[in-house]
Amino acid sequence: MPVVETDAQLVARCRAGDDDAWRELVDRFSRYVYAIAVQAFRLSEADAEDVFQEVFARAYQNLSKLRNDAAIRPWLAQLTRRLCLDTIRAGAREQLGEIPESSGVDDTIARLDESLFVHEALATLSSNCREILDRFFARDESYQLIGDALDLPAGTIASRISRCLVKLRTELEGRNPVAAESGG
Amino acid sequence: MRNYNEETLAVLLRTLPAAPEAWVKAAQEIPLARRGLDDIVARAEADRAFREALVMDAEAALEGAGYEHDPALAEAVREHLTP
Repeated sequence: MPVVETDAQLVARCRAGDDDAWRELVDRFSRYVYAIAVQAFRLSEADAEDVFQEVFARAYQNLSKLRNDAAIRPWLAQLTRRLCLDTIRAGAREQLGEIPESSGVDDTIARLDESLFVHEALATLSSNCREILDRFFARDESYQLIGDALDLPAGTIASRISRCLVKLRTELEGRNPVAAESGG
Repeated sequence: MRNYNEETLAVLLRTLPAAPEAWVKAAQEIPLARRGLDDIVARAEADRAFREALVMDAEAALEGAGYEHDPALAEAVREHLTP
Protein backbone atom coordinates (compact mmCIF):
# COMPACT_ATOMS: atom_id res chain seq x y z
CA MET A 1 0.00 0.00 0.00
CA PRO A 2 1.53 3.39 -0.91
CA VAL A 3 2.47 5.77 1.88
CA VAL A 4 1.01 9.16 1.06
CA GLU A 5 2.76 12.29 2.26
CA THR A 6 0.68 14.65 4.37
CA ASP A 7 -0.25 18.02 2.91
CA ALA A 8 2.11 19.69 5.37
CA GLN A 9 5.06 17.51 4.33
CA LEU A 10 4.32 18.16 0.68
CA VAL A 11 4.10 21.92 1.18
CA ALA A 12 7.38 21.89 3.11
CA ARG A 13 9.12 20.15 0.21
CA CYS A 14 7.61 22.64 -2.26
CA ARG A 15 8.89 25.51 -0.20
CA ALA A 16 12.35 23.95 -0.27
CA GLY A 17 12.27 24.24 -4.07
CA ASP A 18 11.55 20.61 -4.91
CA ASP A 19 9.98 20.55 -8.42
CA ASP A 20 8.68 17.00 -7.95
CA ALA A 21 6.83 18.09 -4.83
CA TRP A 22 5.23 20.97 -6.71
CA ARG A 23 4.09 18.59 -9.46
CA GLU A 24 2.60 16.34 -6.79
CA LEU A 25 0.87 19.28 -5.10
CA VAL A 26 -0.73 20.38 -8.38
CA ASP A 27 -1.76 16.82 -9.05
CA ARG A 28 -3.28 16.47 -5.57
CA PHE A 29 -5.37 19.65 -5.73
CA SER A 30 -6.03 20.11 -9.45
CA ARG A 31 -9.43 18.38 -9.33
CA TYR A 32 -10.45 20.42 -6.32
CA VAL A 33 -9.58 23.80 -7.80
CA TYR A 34 -11.17 22.83 -11.12
CA ALA A 35 -14.36 21.65 -9.42
CA ILE A 36 -14.74 24.84 -7.36
CA ALA A 37 -14.48 26.92 -10.53
CA VAL A 38 -16.90 24.90 -12.65
CA GLN A 39 -19.27 23.44 -10.05
CA ALA A 40 -19.51 26.08 -7.32
CA PHE A 41 -19.18 29.13 -9.58
CA ARG A 42 -20.22 27.62 -12.92
CA LEU A 43 -17.48 29.40 -14.82
CA SER A 44 -17.07 28.73 -18.53
CA GLU A 45 -14.17 26.46 -19.47
CA ALA A 46 -12.15 29.45 -20.68
CA ASP A 47 -12.67 31.42 -17.46
CA ALA A 48 -12.11 28.30 -15.36
CA GLU A 49 -8.79 27.71 -17.10
CA ASP A 50 -7.66 31.29 -16.37
CA VAL A 51 -8.66 30.95 -12.72
CA PHE A 52 -7.02 27.52 -12.46
CA GLN A 53 -3.66 28.80 -13.75
CA GLU A 54 -3.85 31.95 -11.64
CA VAL A 55 -4.61 29.98 -8.48
CA PHE A 56 -1.54 27.81 -8.90
CA ALA A 57 0.67 30.72 -9.99
CA ARG A 58 -0.31 32.68 -6.87
CA ALA A 59 -0.01 29.62 -4.68
CA TYR A 60 3.51 29.05 -5.96
CA GLN A 61 4.39 32.70 -5.46
CA ASN A 62 2.92 32.96 -1.96
CA LEU A 63 3.57 29.54 -0.48
CA SER A 64 5.97 31.09 2.00
CA LYS A 65 3.12 33.21 3.41
CA LEU A 66 1.04 30.17 4.36
CA ARG A 67 0.98 30.20 8.17
CA ASN A 68 0.02 26.56 8.59
CA ASP A 69 1.31 24.09 5.99
CA ALA A 70 -1.49 21.66 6.81
CA ALA A 71 -4.03 24.30 5.79
CA ILE A 72 -3.11 24.29 2.11
CA ARG A 73 -6.54 22.94 1.09
CA PRO A 74 -8.68 25.68 2.67
CA TRP A 75 -6.11 28.25 1.54
CA LEU A 76 -6.45 27.08 -2.06
CA ALA A 77 -10.23 27.01 -1.72
CA GLN A 78 -10.25 30.59 -0.49
CA LEU A 79 -7.92 31.73 -3.25
CA THR A 80 -10.00 29.98 -5.92
CA ARG A 81 -13.18 31.44 -4.52
CA ARG A 82 -11.76 34.97 -4.57
CA LEU A 83 -10.48 34.65 -8.14
CA CYS A 84 -13.79 33.17 -9.33
CA LEU A 85 -15.66 36.11 -7.82
CA ASP A 86 -13.24 38.57 -9.47
CA THR A 87 -13.83 36.85 -12.80
CA ILE A 88 -17.61 36.97 -12.43
CA ARG A 89 -17.53 40.63 -11.37
CA ALA A 90 -15.32 41.52 -14.33
CA GLY A 91 -17.77 39.69 -16.61
CA ALA A 92 -20.73 41.45 -15.00
CA ARG A 93 -19.19 44.81 -15.82
CA GLU A 94 -19.07 43.79 -19.48
CA GLN A 95 -22.52 42.16 -19.62
CA LEU A 96 -23.99 39.13 -17.83
CA GLY A 97 -22.21 37.30 -15.02
CA GLU A 98 -24.21 36.30 -12.01
CA ILE A 99 -22.65 35.88 -8.58
CA PRO A 100 -23.97 32.66 -7.06
CA GLU A 101 -25.58 32.65 -3.60
CA SER A 102 -22.86 32.43 -0.96
CA SER A 103 -24.67 29.62 0.89
CA GLY A 104 -24.86 27.59 -2.32
CA VAL A 105 -21.14 28.04 -2.88
CA ASP A 106 -20.43 27.03 0.73
CA ASP A 107 -22.51 23.87 0.31
CA THR A 108 -20.77 22.94 -2.92
CA ILE A 109 -17.31 23.53 -1.45
CA ALA A 110 -18.25 21.43 1.61
CA ARG A 111 -19.28 18.62 -0.75
CA LEU A 112 -16.00 19.00 -2.68
CA ASP A 113 -14.05 18.90 0.61
CA GLU A 114 -15.67 15.61 1.45
CA SER A 115 -15.03 14.31 -2.03
CA LEU A 116 -11.37 15.29 -1.75
CA PHE A 117 -11.24 13.46 1.58
CA VAL A 118 -12.45 10.33 -0.22
CA HIS A 119 -9.93 10.85 -3.03
CA GLU A 120 -7.15 11.15 -0.44
CA ALA A 121 -8.19 7.82 1.02
CA LEU A 122 -8.30 6.42 -2.49
CA ALA A 123 -4.66 7.46 -2.96
CA THR A 124 -3.62 5.03 -0.22
CA LEU A 125 -5.12 1.97 -1.96
CA SER A 126 -3.23 -0.28 -4.36
CA SER A 127 -2.56 1.20 -7.79
CA ASN A 128 -5.00 -1.32 -9.26
CA CYS A 129 -7.88 -0.16 -7.07
CA ARG A 130 -7.00 3.48 -7.59
CA GLU A 131 -7.01 3.07 -11.35
CA ILE A 132 -10.23 1.09 -11.49
CA LEU A 133 -12.22 3.38 -9.19
CA ASP A 134 -10.89 6.57 -10.72
CA ARG A 135 -11.48 5.40 -14.28
CA PHE A 136 -14.99 4.16 -13.55
CA PHE A 137 -16.31 6.94 -11.32
CA ALA A 138 -14.26 10.06 -12.01
CA ARG A 139 -13.44 9.46 -15.68
CA ASP A 140 -16.71 7.72 -16.48
CA GLU A 141 -15.02 4.95 -18.50
CA SER A 142 -16.89 1.77 -19.48
CA TYR A 143 -16.02 -1.73 -18.18
CA GLN A 144 -14.68 -2.52 -21.64
CA LEU A 145 -12.40 0.52 -21.76
CA ILE A 146 -11.09 -0.13 -18.24
CA GLY A 147 -10.53 -3.79 -19.04
CA ASP A 148 -8.60 -2.90 -22.19
CA ALA A 149 -6.49 -0.26 -20.44
CA LEU A 150 -5.60 -2.46 -17.47
CA ASP A 151 -5.43 -5.71 -19.39
CA LEU A 152 -8.24 -7.28 -17.38
CA PRO A 153 -11.30 -9.20 -18.59
CA ALA A 154 -14.19 -6.71 -18.83
CA GLY A 155 -16.46 -9.22 -17.04
CA THR A 156 -14.40 -8.95 -13.85
CA ILE A 157 -14.47 -5.16 -13.59
CA ALA A 158 -17.79 -4.89 -11.71
CA SER A 159 -16.66 -7.29 -8.98
CA ARG A 160 -13.28 -5.55 -8.73
CA ILE A 161 -15.02 -2.19 -8.34
CA SER A 162 -17.11 -3.63 -5.55
CA ARG A 163 -14.08 -5.11 -3.75
CA CYS A 164 -12.15 -1.85 -4.11
CA LEU A 165 -15.07 0.15 -2.70
CA VAL A 166 -15.04 -2.10 0.36
CA LYS A 167 -11.31 -1.41 0.79
CA LEU A 168 -11.94 2.30 0.36
CA ARG A 169 -14.67 2.25 2.99
CA THR A 170 -12.36 0.43 5.41
CA GLU A 171 -9.67 3.05 4.81
CA LEU A 172 -12.15 5.87 5.41
CA GLU A 173 -13.36 4.35 8.66
CA GLY A 174 -9.88 4.79 10.10
CA ARG A 175 -9.62 8.45 9.18
CA ASN A 176 -10.80 11.70 10.71
CA PRO A 177 -13.40 13.54 8.67
CA VAL A 178 -12.58 16.81 6.96
CA ALA A 179 -11.87 19.58 9.43
CA ALA A 180 -12.31 23.22 8.62
CA GLU A 181 -8.91 24.83 8.91
CA SER A 182 -7.78 28.35 8.42
CA GLY A 183 -5.19 29.18 5.78
CA GLY A 184 -2.71 32.00 5.37
CA MET B 1 -19.11 9.32 11.51
CA ARG B 2 -20.64 9.31 8.08
CA ASN B 3 -21.80 6.02 6.64
CA TYR B 4 -19.84 5.57 3.44
CA ASN B 5 -21.98 3.04 1.65
CA GLU B 6 -21.30 2.17 -1.99
CA GLU B 7 -23.77 4.70 -3.30
CA THR B 8 -22.31 7.56 -1.25
CA LEU B 9 -18.78 6.67 -2.27
CA ALA B 10 -19.79 6.51 -5.92
CA VAL B 11 -21.32 9.98 -5.72
CA LEU B 12 -18.29 11.44 -3.93
CA LEU B 13 -15.84 9.88 -6.37
CA ARG B 14 -17.83 11.27 -9.29
CA THR B 15 -17.88 14.74 -7.75
CA LEU B 16 -14.23 15.42 -8.51
CA PRO B 17 -13.55 14.75 -12.18
CA ALA B 18 -10.00 15.17 -13.43
CA ALA B 19 -9.02 18.66 -14.59
CA PRO B 20 -7.94 18.85 -18.25
CA GLU B 21 -4.45 17.37 -18.58
CA ALA B 22 -3.03 20.39 -20.39
CA TRP B 23 -4.08 22.69 -17.54
CA VAL B 24 -2.46 20.43 -14.97
CA LYS B 25 0.76 20.19 -16.97
CA ALA B 26 0.92 23.97 -17.39
CA ALA B 27 0.45 24.49 -13.65
CA GLN B 28 3.08 21.86 -12.89
CA GLU B 29 5.54 23.75 -15.08
CA ILE B 30 5.18 27.01 -13.15
CA PRO B 31 8.57 26.60 -11.40
CA LEU B 32 10.21 25.93 -14.76
CA ALA B 33 8.44 28.90 -16.33
CA ARG B 34 9.80 31.08 -13.56
CA ARG B 35 13.27 29.84 -14.46
CA GLY B 36 12.85 30.94 -18.08
CA LEU B 37 11.21 28.02 -19.92
CA ASP B 38 8.82 30.22 -21.90
CA ASP B 39 11.61 32.57 -23.00
CA ILE B 40 13.84 29.69 -24.05
CA VAL B 41 11.08 28.07 -26.12
CA ALA B 42 10.22 31.42 -27.74
CA ARG B 43 13.88 32.01 -28.59
CA ALA B 44 14.20 28.49 -30.01
CA GLU B 45 11.22 29.15 -32.24
CA ALA B 46 12.84 32.31 -33.57
CA ASP B 47 16.42 31.04 -33.79
CA ARG B 48 16.86 27.84 -35.77
CA ALA B 49 20.49 27.24 -34.76
CA PHE B 50 19.61 27.58 -31.07
CA ARG B 51 16.71 25.19 -31.53
CA GLU B 52 18.92 22.59 -33.21
CA ALA B 53 21.49 22.91 -30.46
CA LEU B 54 18.78 22.43 -27.83
CA VAL B 55 17.38 19.37 -29.57
CA MET B 56 20.86 17.87 -29.86
CA ASP B 57 21.98 18.58 -26.27
CA ALA B 58 19.65 20.77 -24.26
CA GLU B 59 21.81 20.96 -21.15
CA ALA B 60 24.94 21.99 -23.06
CA ALA B 61 23.03 24.49 -25.22
CA LEU B 62 21.44 26.10 -22.17
CA GLU B 63 24.72 26.37 -20.33
CA GLY B 64 26.31 27.78 -23.49
CA ALA B 65 23.56 30.42 -23.55
CA GLY B 66 24.34 31.43 -19.99
CA TYR B 67 21.72 29.47 -18.05
CA GLU B 68 22.68 27.73 -14.83
CA HIS B 69 22.98 23.94 -14.85
CA ASP B 70 19.38 22.75 -14.48
CA PRO B 71 18.54 19.20 -15.68
CA ALA B 72 14.80 19.65 -15.00
CA LEU B 73 14.67 22.78 -17.12
CA ALA B 74 16.64 21.04 -19.90
CA GLU B 75 14.23 18.10 -19.82
CA ALA B 76 11.23 20.44 -20.06
CA VAL B 77 12.82 22.28 -22.99
CA ARG B 78 13.41 18.95 -24.76
CA GLU B 79 9.78 17.97 -24.19
CA HIS B 80 8.56 21.24 -25.66
CA LEU B 81 10.75 21.05 -28.74
CA THR B 82 10.32 17.43 -29.70
CA PRO B 83 7.02 16.55 -31.38
